[in-house]
Formats: sequence, structure tokens, C-alpha cells
Amino acid sequence: MNDVLQIIVKRLGLGLITLLVISIIIFGAVELLPGDLAQAILGQAATEETVAAMREELGLDRPAPVRYFAWLKGAVVGDFGNSLASGIPVTELIGPRFKNTLFLAVYAAIIAVPIAIMLGVLAALYRNSVFDRVANVLTLTSISSPEFFLGYILVLFLAVKNSLFPAISSLSDDMSLADKLHRVFLPALTLVLVVVAHMMRMTRAAIINLLASPYIEMARLKGTPQRKVITHHALPNAWAPVINVVALNLAYLITGVVLVEVVFVYPGIGQLLVDSVTKRDFPVVQACCLVFAATYILLNLAADVGSILTNPRLRHPK
Amino acid sequence: MSPFIVGYYALLIGATCVAAYFKNRTAFLLLFSLMLASFVVGLVGGERALWTITVVAALIAAAAGIAFTFREFLTISLKGEAQKAIKSAPLTATFGLFMIMIYIIAAVFAPIIAPFGEAEVVGSSFAPADEVMLLGGDQLGRDMFSRLVYGARNTVGIALLTTCLAFLMGTTLGLLAAVKGGWFDQILARSVDVLMSIPTLVFSLLLLSIFGTNTSTLVIVIAIIYVPPVFRLARAVAGNIVVMDYIEAARLRGEHSWHLIVREILPNASAPLIAEFGLRFCFVFLLISGLSFLGLGLQPPTADWGSMVKENATLISFGEVTPLIPAGAIALLTVSINFVVDWMLYRSSGLKT
Repeated sequence: MNDVLQIIVKRLGLGLITLLVISIIIFGAVELLPGDLAQAILGQAATEETVAAMREELGLDRPAPVRYFAWLKGAVVGDFGNSLASGIPVTELIGPRFKNTLFLAVYAAIIAVPIAIMLGVLAALYRNSVFDRVANVLTLTSISSPEFFLGYILVLFLAVKNSLFPAISSLSDDMSLADKLHRVFLPALTLVLVVVAHMMRMTRAAIINLLASPYIEMARLKGTPQRKVITHHALPNAWAPVINVVALNLAYLITGVVLVEVVFVYPGIGQLLVDSVTKRDFPVVQACCLVFAATYILLNLAADVGSILTNPRLRHPK
Repeated sequence: MSPFIVGYYALLIGATCVAAYFKNRTAFLLLFSLMLASFVVGLVGGERALWTITVVAALIAAAAGIAFTFREFLTISLKGEAQKAIKSAPLTATFGLFMIMIYIIAAVFAPIIAPFGEAEVVGSSFAPADEVMLLGGDQLGRDMFSRLVYGARNTVGIALLTTCLAFLMGTTLGLLAAVKGGWFDQILARSVDVLMSIPTLVFSLLLLSIFGTNTSTLVIVIAIIYVPPVFRLARAVAGNIVVMDYIEAARLRGEHSWHLIVREILPNASAPLIAEFGLRFCFVFLLISGLSFLGLGLQPPTADWGSMVKENATLISFGEVTPLIPAGAIALLTVSINFVVDWMLYRSSGLKT
């Protein structure tokens, strides 16, 4: 058991280092601005004095490494400074929106994961059947469509032509959960369509890979019934790839959320990021990017750790 | 009950019986499940829903017909190895090839095909479709159809350029890393690991917010973002090849690493790299369209499918399909490419499971 702990701690450390490097990239990218931040905010027409005053206010007169560590120290305790556009602390802007995005992502994931795994396993078991072929074409179509295409189709048919669900998913705090679920259904369904397609294809590939292994053939040859081959021989080894697939797709979900939020005017962190990019509100952009990157790394880490925990060969490396 | 519903079910039941009589299991299962679905959909949505199903089925049939005739055409006009490959291709793949051809024609001959200029104001804003404007007007009264055709040139052209750039950098670095090995390889591989742990859309938003959104920065930024995955694949593919004996022989001959890459490795790595090129193109294309949709990609008045969706998005709340047309154009191209790549991967893997 000690070994496992050691491996996991090692992976966590690696993830932390990656996050640190990414924070340097995110911070450093803004340093690459032609001119500097103060110039970029005020524009070319600003006088020398106002730019100097702005520099003072933003602390740009200090060297970059000093500012980086100050920024990082703030980021660790959740203080990203103030928004340039509105002057509100970035954390206040991000906090409730991050909760909304998480709500949407979890909602979509709860619907998508069981459906995708079930369909993926079925497609793998009955491969090259009608079901498998139709599923292949449908998932390929769903993967290839931009999120906004799927989103607007759903809006057209489920919100405009038949008013089953609202086309715009605005939320407020005093709504009941059922009301919220109803409002957020269309963006969640859009995400589900994309994620199910990805997840199902990956699950199918993983299971087919598994069913091709020699010990499955051995089990079949010695006359084990199909059901038992699946439950006793295939399934215990299928967990690792399936957990991997789920975590990777949840990571995908986190980024897919940006476009979907814009389509449905959903008050989430993706919408905030896009707005801030248009307004060139750098502290908010940096904070949003860091939050996205951290979530992404965390989920990839979860995929790693999950596959280690379920795979004895990785648990006890030679 | 209207004659349409009676006719609909009569045709469906008849076709199912024919399929059962000829013991065609695939067709029977498809038709039967379609019939069951129709019962449910018909009960819920009424006649209109059944019409929708009919239209969709007719579209699929038309697509299959096009794919079939195109495959026959290619089998007749091609010779040798290519003919053999096409003959066994699934209909989805030939459909993909056909659609890609249409897009290329639209992109190359855009000024001839389009009745109006890219930014030419023809009618009133959001004008309905008529003989002059085949698909109606957009929010400024420009011809939707002309812009769609020019969009093939702009959106696809930019995506192609970006993918080529990413591939040039990615494969060169990847193959060099595989050939050189050692610290050069290690440093590149580690930095790629880090770069790949930032979600692409978020990373591109960050970079575009800094460098501004003109076409050349867009191309460069997205190309750089897509270098890591290409690098990884190229390095993995080449990693399997550099251990071969003929590479060893070439090394002993004293060949330069450039010669190794171009003459020895590249010809043997081309199949997976071409398939990867198709897939990567789809990702780049979707990313650029997504950015344009967010208003951060190609800037107006350039006709571009992503921004066309955004500009006309308000129409959707009046039940108009106009904004779906450019979005559909994006989807159709990526689907077509994916169909072709799927078939190529299947062929090159030799998997006959």
C-alpha cells in the first residue's frame, strides 16, 4: 500500500509542478504585450504622465519576477487583484460563475457518463452490427459538429418550435433546484451530445482492445459462458481504461463549456473569460485561464491515479 | 387519419416485410426500429414529426445515392491500386470524398459561383429568400449564399494554412527529436507535456487577448498551439522506425540526420501522418470557427462561417434556420473529413475485426 501512496504523491507533485510552469506561462504571456500593460489599457493616445501613473497603480515599476511572486502568492489564497474594467475583485467575479459552470458540468456529466459507458460497451460487444455502425456514424457526426451548431439545433427544435425548455439559461439564487435543472437543460444536453460521442467511442475502443487479449480468448476456449467472460474476466480489467476515458472527457467538458455558455448566455466562467478577452481585462483573463488549467490538470491527474489504483501491474511496478 | 400517415406506415411496413422476405437482417432491423420510433414520435409530435422523419430519411437516401454513384464513377475512372481501394470503400468514405471535392470547388471558384460580392449589400437586412438571394440576406442585407461560398475560401483556407504550418513545425521537431534523442528529445518532450496540459481553446483565448485578433496572429497562434500534439505523434511514429535495421544501416553509411528524416523515416511514417493531418485539420477548423463565433477569429467584413452564425444568431428565436446553414457547412466538412480519415485509418491498421 505504501508503494501506491508514493506513486500518487509523486504524480501529485508532478501535477503541481506543471501547474506552476503554466502559471509562469500565463503570467509571462501578458508580459509579452507590445509596449506594456498600462500602454495597452490606455491606448496609443494616452499622455506620458497618465501611462506613468497607471504603471504606478498597477505596480508595473517593479521587476517582473517580483510581480510574478506577488501574483502567485495572491493566487494561492484566492486573491487575483481587481478587474481592470469594473474594479471589482476578480475573485468576486469568478466565484459565483465558477459555481454555475461546475453545476452545468456536473449536470451534463451525470447524464452523459452512464449512457456513454453503456452504449460503448454494447457497441464493443456487438461490433460491426447495425447498432455499432449507426452509432459510429452518429457519434462521428456529433464529434465533428461545432458545439454551437448542436446548441442552435436544440434551441430551434426544443425552445422555439416547441417551447419545452427556455432558450436562454439565466440563473438566480432563489430558484429551486428543479427550476434550475429545467433552465439549464438545453446547454447540458448540448454538452451531453458531444461528450457521450467522445466517451462512447473511447470506451468502445478500450473494450475492443481488452476483448482481443489472449486471456479472454482462453476463457472463451475453455467454454466459459459469454456473460461470465464479461463479468469475471473482462470487467475487472476494464475499469482502468474506463476511468481514464471518463476523466479525460470530463476534462474536455470543462473546455467545451466555453462555447456552450456563450450560445445559451449562461452566467458561467467561460462567458466571463470570453467577455474579458474582448475587453482585454487581463487580471480576469489570467485568473480564468489558471482556473481552467488547474481543473484540467486535476482531472488528468485523476485519470492517472484512477488507472494506477485499478491496475495491479501499475500498483506494484517491477 | 390523413393519407400521408396511411401512406407512410404502409410504405414502412411494406419495406419491412420485403426486407424480412429476402432475409436481409440489417435492413430489416433498421426498418423495424425506424417503425417503432415512428410510432412513438408520431404519437407525441403528430404528423409534422413524421414529415421531419421522412425528410431526414430522404436526405440520408440521397446522400447514400450520391456516395454510391460517386464510388461507381471513381471505380470506372481510376486504375490499378486506387481503383481497388475505392471499390471496397464504405459509402460514408465516398460521401466524404464527394463533399470535400464540392468544398474545394466552391473555394477555388468562389468569385465565379457567388452571384454577389463578399461584402456587397444587396437587399434589406434579414431579407427572406427569393430568386435573387437564394438563402436570403444577413443582418446587413448581404447575400447569404455568396457569403457562404466565399466563406469556404476564407475559413477553409485559413484553417488549411494553419494546419500546414503546425504540421511543418510539429513533424520537423518530432522527427528530429526521434533521430537525435538525448537531451534535445527530453527537453522538447517535457515542454510539450506542459503545453498540452492547457486546454486549447483557453490557451488560444489567452494568446489572442494579448496579441490582438488579426488574421496573421490568428494563424500563428493556433499553429503554435497545435504543434505539441503533432510533435507527439510524429515522435511516437518515428520512435518505432528509428530502431529499424535500415536506419542503422543509413547511420553507418554516415548519412546526415536530415537525410535520415526525409529519405528514410518520412516515407514510412506517411500513412499515420496523413490521417493525423485530416484529424488535426478538423480540430483547427473547429477551433477557428469557434473563435470566430466568439468574435475573436476572422474579423468582419470577411465572410467566415463562424462569425456568420454569430451575426445571424438572433434569427433563431423567430424559428428561422438561417444561422444553422453556415454552422451546418462547418459540420458537414468536418464530418466528411472524419469519414475519410476513419476509412484510411481502418485500411492502414489492417484491422479486420
